[in-house]
Amino acid sequence: MLKVDRIETFYGKSQALFGVSLNVREGEVVTLLGRNGMGKSTTVRSIMGLTPIRSGRIVFEGTDIHQLPGYTIARLGIGLVPEGRQIFPNLTVYENMVATAANRLGMKTPYTLDSVLSIFPRLTDRLTHYGNQLSGGEQQMLSVVRALMTNPKLLIMDEATEGLAPLVRREIWRALAMLKANGHAILVIDKNLDALLKLADRHCIMENGRLVWRGSTAELAGDDGLKSRYLGV
Amino acid sequence: MLLFIEQLLNGLQLGIMLFLMSAGLTLVFGIMQVINLAHGSFYMIGAYVGATVTARTGSFILGILAALPAAALAGMLVEILVLRRLYKKDHLDQVLATFGLIMFFNELTRIIWGRQPLFMDVPPWLAGSIELIPGIPYPSYRIAVIAVGIIVGVFLYLLFTRTRIGMQIRAGASNQEMAGALGVNIRLLYTLVFSLGTLLAGLAGVMAGPILAVEAGMGESILILTFVVIVIGGIGSIRGALLGALLVGLVDTLGRAFLPTLLRLFLSAAYADGVAASLASMSVYILMVAILVYRPHGLLPANG
Repeated sequence: MLKVDRIETFYGKSQALFGVSLNVREGEVVTLLGRNGMGKSTTVRSIMGLTPIRSGRIVFEGTDIHQLPGYTIARLGIGLVPEGRQIFPNLTVYENMVATAANRLGMKTPYTLDSVLSIFPRLTDRLTHYGNQLSGGEQQMLSVVRALMTNPKLLIMDEATEGLAPLVRREIWRALAMLKANGHAILVIDKNLDALLKLADRHCIMENGRLVWRGSTAELAGDDGLKSRYLGV
Repeated sequence: MLLFIEQLLNGLQLGIMLFLMSAGLTLVFGIMQVINLAHGSFYMIGAYVGATVTARTGSFILGILAALPAAALAGMLVEILVLRRLYKKDHLDQVLATFGLIMFFNELTRIIWGRQPLFMDVPPWLAGSIELIPGIPYPSYRIAVIAVGIIVGVFLYLLFTRTRIGMQIRAGASNQEMAGALGVNIRLLYTLVFSLGTLLAGLAGVMAGPILAVEAGMGESILILTFVVIVIGGIGSIRGALLGALLVGLVDTLGRAFLPTLLRLFLSAAYADGVAASLASMSVYILMVAILVYRPHGLLPANG
């Protein structure tokens, strides 16, 4: 579904990614792990066309997307839940959900307002509140829902539960498990290794802009040295 | 009392004209972060095209219908050919480039229409007056201007709050990158926003045609007041533009009408008239300063 092939990304003259390659298959949950500043978010930004790559290829569903503008990449079926939520503060919850909603790929059972609200019922009472009136957890729920309303084939979540209360985290992981059960492909970045090991099929670890390890959940779970060296756990 | 009500209506009418101008400018400034000094040029284009078509066809409605797409099309061309190269530049580059556009459009109108001003007649069906309040006949045309402003205000309100394109414009205003990452074509959105802004300026121009002389450079005089309006209202805020425009229109009109009488209570007539004229000219700027002291982001900022 998504193939990232030896991409190199720069911020000005400073190189952030060095030949990163990874792929996500249909219905699969893949994690991108690593300490802060290792290039995970830059990888996501490169996939979404927000920080253009200087070399390499990114292919989504058979289409080269690395030279396309960001909005076209999103329209091909990649939904983004960005780091820091980035909900629209001057729009109500309802408006955040419908402003960019679409079913461009003609999904047979597209997400609707009712169906996404059933994932996070807490938002139902908040529909008329502005984005900047929500708690951090509610903003993250809204960010997930907003991405789902674009009916993506692949959902990318950057820092899925960072800075959230334990109760809210549980809700996010529950929602992700449900999305996986519904056949969604997900590329997820987070630091909660226990939750990720339960959810994901495969894992990629980054360090200093390079992808240094990839493997299955069983391989990662059983390698304490790996976890200690690259993830500090 | 009758004079006061009449001046109140005059202030309202000036405020509505300023609103038509400032709604577009505040959108462009607030959403696209572009300082467009040439906004008055689209007001002028609307007035010239409207005056020409009205003179040729004898129909003021056809004049309006020609002026709106002309101003929108001119805006679209300017956005595509000039402004797209300036989005990532600093404001000084934008100011210089759009100042150049003012001179370009002023000369272009002189080449096409000559140096003599054009005069538009008030359409016969709006030439009379209406007694809104018994004893106060008020020109029908000015009432029509107020009505058009109210219709535009309602249209913009519905556009921005009830339509997806309006929500996307507001989303793009708060976070362009994120809106793009969710599938919104920001470049196209910018072109639409800019064209809408210039269309409104063109509407203000053609509506001003029967009240003012249509001449090259007519946009500059109203542009200064328009900037005052959007600073008072809050940059990027349509509601703020409406409030700011009404305040500026009322303060300017009532100041010019009543300050001489007021000052004559304390000063000699000749001295009072001189001081009143100066104070009236300064009044909107004093108002702006006073508001900025207490509300640095304007009365109704876009993200407030």
